[in-house]
Amino acid sequence: MTNLEIYNKAFMETFEIEEDKLAGLNYQDIDAWDSVGHMALIAALEDAFDIMMDTDDIIDFSSYEKGKELLAKDDYGVEFQ
Amino acid sequence: MKLWNLEQFSDKTALIDDAGTSVTYRELAGRGKGLADAVGRRCLVFSLCTNSIGSVLGYTAFLEHGIVPVLLNAHLERELLHDLLEHYQPEYVWLPESMQDEPQGMRRVYSDAGYVLLQNAHAGDTKMHPELGLLLTTSGSTGSPKFVRQSYRNIRANACSIVEYLKLDETERPITTLPMNYTYGLSIINSHLMVGAAVLLTDYGLMQKEFWKFLKEAEATSFGGVPYTYEMLERLRFFRMELPSLRTMTQAGGKLSPELHKKFAEYAKEHGKHFVVMYGQTEATARMAYLPHELSLDKYGSMGIAIPGGRLWLRDVGGKRITEPEVVGELVYEGDNVTLGYAECRDDLAKGDTRHGILETGDMAKCDADGYFYIVGRKKRFLKVFGNRLNLDELDRMVKRKFPDLDCASSGWDDHVEIYVTAEGKDSEIRSFVSEKTGLHMSAFSVYPVEEIPKNDAGKVLYRELEQSGPGSGQRVPSGL
Repeated sequence: MTNLEIYNKAFMETFEIEEDKLAGLNYQDIDAWDSVGHMALIAALEDAFDIMMDTDDIIDFSSYEKGKELLAKDDYGVEFQ
Repeated sequence: MKLWNLEQFSDKTALIDDAGTSVTYRELAGRGKGLADAVGRRCLVFSLCTNSIGSVLGYTAFLEHGIVPVLLNAHLERELLHDLLEHYQPEYVWLPESMQDEPQGMRRVYSDAGYVLLQNAHAGDTKMHPELGLLLTTSGSTGSPKFVRQSYRNIRANACSIVEYLKLDETERPITTLPMNYTYGLSIINSHLMVGAAVLLTDYGLMQKEFWKFLKEAEATSFGGVPYTYEMLERLRFFRMELPSLRTMTQAGGKLSPELHKKFAEYAKEHGKHFVVMYGQTEATARMAYLPHELSLDKYGSMGIAIPGGRLWLRDVGGKRITEPEVVGELVYEGDNVTLGYAECRDDLAKGDTRHGILETGDMAKCDADGYFYIVGRKKRFLKVFGNRLNLDELDRMVKRKFPDLDCASSGWDDHVEIYVTAEGKDSEIRSFVSEKTGLHMSAFSVYPVEEIPKNDAGKVLYRELEQSGPGSGQRVPSGL
């Protein structure tokens, strides 16, 4: 699986939504992405990429797109190409 | 007699929101009077709450002027809200401006701080008992129209006890982490307005950058949290954060795991902060017990002792008072904060005190030799899910009403609800339905298909047999023995 596929899978499984709903998805846009869902999403991403996210990045993770940007930083080095 | 006497704190700041708007005590009293005058008389108001100035302004105005509000979450599922409006027929609704077109058949009569007052053309006109001050739901809602009736005396007594044991004063700046329609969140507002402190209002949550920015910039001194809040904080590597203004963290809304209790107690001790574990119920206005912060490490796992002015004791099955340590019995509380009783319809608002200061909590507990209480289980079939009470029998009824072709029985433990159903392939449909209706996150619910729901000859569900079809856990609710 590519990193993008892994990333998408974490969203789809955590929030139980289809892939075509991911683009443009923001925190609290759907009921499933509340604080409880957010914690589950972060846990799923940390497991999938074997990383440990910083507090600042966890609370800055406000959308599907923002998350990609954060994970691509040097700290985690997850590339989405 | 007014509940808070807001005017006495004149130009001190009462409320600050995350947009930087602030309101003094004098303004809160004055603008509250404007709103109360628009309502004009003692009557019933539905107040759709957010953690905002408009929402608190409405609440204080109603309580100070003998108008009885029902506090509901502004995000309450729309069908449930509609049913409650029909059922109780309040004279007015106080709600965020953005929602003003939602209730039908209402006329806008007043507005302030982003909130509007709508007058209901189809209001009921039951006389309300003179002591009745406020109506609250019992945490998690399963569509039941059951409210807890709180009196002015209840609210004042409980706020004064909290002020005393937390030693609150005007230098406090609590930040909201819980909805204000939730009794624990409300008790923080009630107690701090009693001493002239400034309450920091935000609907941003722990998982949002804006929350932490506000907490730091506005120099919050305390916050409260349910067990789930503390699990989130641990995940957020809270122990590594620099929060110099923070003095106190309180915890209620369910039993925190002893491990997490210990971790936060240790953190607090090392960083010169206070961690206070507490115990309460909406039926006791809010608080009944607290563990003094000095003992949070020595007595971790304990919910503490009765709040000032209250008494806690344990009762055995025969109704006798247990005096030996380490013997389990039902926890009973006595005090001025024990509420009047429940209301299930508009006519019930005329009722007086049905509890007479004594509350059987439904929680099973034991007491150590030093007099500190420990919760060990529950007598009734309910769970705490993310701090909200969820009645399992109501949940079963709700599922069966929606899916009449199947039989259903639920069980589980805190934050984990197991729903057993006699149907295959309905998992996601049932989980979405209960999540939407209860407003609780889907991840709390698991659905297990079974051949049939085991019952005894009298038709009572045999939960122990049922649970063998599930994943199993040692922490389940008692099966209603």
